[in-house]
Amino acid sequence: MEQLELFLQTLIAGFMLGGLYALIGLGMALVMGVMRVINLAHGDFMMIAMYIAYWLFTLLDIDPYLSVFIAAPALFLFGLAIQKYLLTPVMKVESILPHNLVILTVGLAMVFSNLATVFFTGDYRSTPVSYASNAWYLTDFWSESPIELSLSMPWTLSFVLAVVITIGLWIFLTKTDMGKSIRATSQDVDAALLMGVNVNRVRMMTFGIGMILVAAAGCLFIPIYYLYPALGRQFTNVGFVITVIGGMGSTNGAVIGGLILGIFESMTATYIGMGWAPAGRFAIFVAALVFLPGGIASIIRKRRLGK
Amino acid sequence: MKKYLPHIIFAGLCVVPLMNLSSYIMHILILVLMWSVIGMAWNILGGYTGQVSFGHAAFFGFGAYTAGILYYHLEISAWWGIPACVVILTALSLVVGYICLRLRGAYFALATLALGEICRVTTENLVDLTQGNMGIMIRERTWIDKTWYFYIILFIAAGTFLLIKIVMESKLGYYFVAIREDQDAAESLGIDTTFYKTISLCLSGVLTGIAGAFFMNYMGYIDPGVVFPLYDISITTVMVVMVGGAATYWGPVVGAVIMVFLAEEIRSLPYIGAAHMTIFGVILILIILFVPNGIVGDYKKLLKPFKRKKEASS
Repeated sequence: MEQLELFLQTLIAGFMLGGLYALIGLGMALVMGVMRVINLAHGDFMMIAMYIAYWLFTLLDIDPYLSVFIAAPALFLFGLAIQKYLLTPVMKVESILPHNLVILTVGLAMVFSNLATVFFTGDYRSTPVSYASNAWYLTDFWSESPIELSLSMPWTLSFVLAVVITIGLWIFLTKTDMGKSIRATSQDVDAALLMGVNVNRVRMMTFGIGMILVAAAGCLFIPIYYLYPALGRQFTNVGFVITVIGGMGSTNGAVIGGLILGIFESMTATYIGMGWAPAGRFAIFVAALVFLPGGIASIIRKRRLGK
Repeated sequence: MKKYLPHIIFAGLCVVPLMNLSSYIMHILILVLMWSVIGMAWNILGGYTGQVSFGHAAFFGFGAYTAGILYYHLEISAWWGIPACVVILTALSLVVGYICLRLRGAYFALATLALGEICRVTTENLVDLTQGNMGIMIRERTWIDKTWYFYIILFIAAGTFLLIKIVMESKLGYYFVAIREDQDAAESLGIDTTFYKTISLCLSGVLTGIAGAFFMNYMGYIDPGVVFPLYDISITTVMVVMVGGAATYWGPVVGAVIMVFLAEEIRSLPYIGAAHMTIFGVILILIILFVPNGIVGDYKKLLKPFKRKKEASS
């Protein structure tokens, strides 16, 4: 019984972590789909959002969940500026080396994480919200339950908000004009261009939306995690692993990929050891490359085509 | 004159240890040569074949750990690591190549990025084999004086340069460039692109591993944070090639000279030293924007402003 309890608890924790990971992966997948660029500074943008939330909490006592409304627009504008003044000019540069843009994002990541270390020191920080240790217990709702499961309140809140944001994004992508243009551009740039889509504007918007998603993920992560300047790398890794599992540029795939990764990581941490959790992340990445190079998106596509 | 430039530089470097330079300058020169080897190795894969790798630290670290483990567990000289890592890195390159060179696009870049991280996490956790974060230390260095280390890395660098020149002027080299320029066209001409990309990766991996094994012997201490870091090794390798010029013979050498001196200078500055990564990042961004083919590749473009001035004054 205890084994089952542990298993279920791990599963729930993994599912919640996966929901938050999905948010990171979604932003990366959107940018990947439209610009064909893996943004290796994705996690560092999240780090910036987390510092915004941290300082708002420490100095002005604003709840981290509310700082989404400040961090997300701030990063949106920042993303637009980066897209306009750095990514677009580099797209036009001709060079021998491919993946110029990817190397550029690595340069950005270096600058951000190093500047954060210089200005905020390498200290580990967190936002001790008043409800941090609150939790829900299964026995509170069902007293005769044979097993005991618990849910921490900040985790639940973060997860629910992540789901809400994901649904919001889904509505945006399927129902609005801009959303449809984004999906069209990610399917075929030339065709979208011929249909009168302003591809440059779509690219800027997509990068901005990616930033909004990652800023939201940062604000949802800070009450349940801690913050340090080099944190970006870890979440960049999470992001691109999800993007590959999900299939390059697929948003549906990214959500499923995020959940799979969250559960898998949680399982590795419980049953093999904390230190191996990052290795588990990459094991699943390698497995996806070997057995399912098209990612989950290729399975979805096959279903739809009825093959 | 230009034809004999490599010979002249090689002869010049051979005489350097006789000049009784300070130990610090010798150290810098050894680092420059080591980074040129790594840069040239990366250049085969990234510059000529067009497969950008963000994980050369994995090959470097594998080489270093091969030497370290031979010394620590088998108690033989760590210099055996150099021949041993030829075998081990070929095997590693074949595995990596099989997994990710079949795919196109960003997969390879991402897979190599992951490879570096996998190696770091694994060495940290396999404490029985690698001593984990305690690292491996060679208790008695072969020589205290730096002269012989200098000659060894000089010969490795010269050998690498020669090997790349031979490869790039052979059929193999043309296959590599064909794959970089247009993979579909190369395939339609009957080039087995996956096979040749794997060969390129093997060459690149083995040479980087040799540099790693040398590093173990020279520095005498390694731990996962020293040989597997992303920015300090993998990205610095990319920068060495990008600063100097991708797909040129001299690019990585020029890049290594600039990067090693720059790193030493910036790190020794007060206050700014802590921000050396920011400065490197900014340099990287500026290079991508303005000299995308590096100093050697774009030197005509770099000379332009000076030439115009001359014309105006005359």
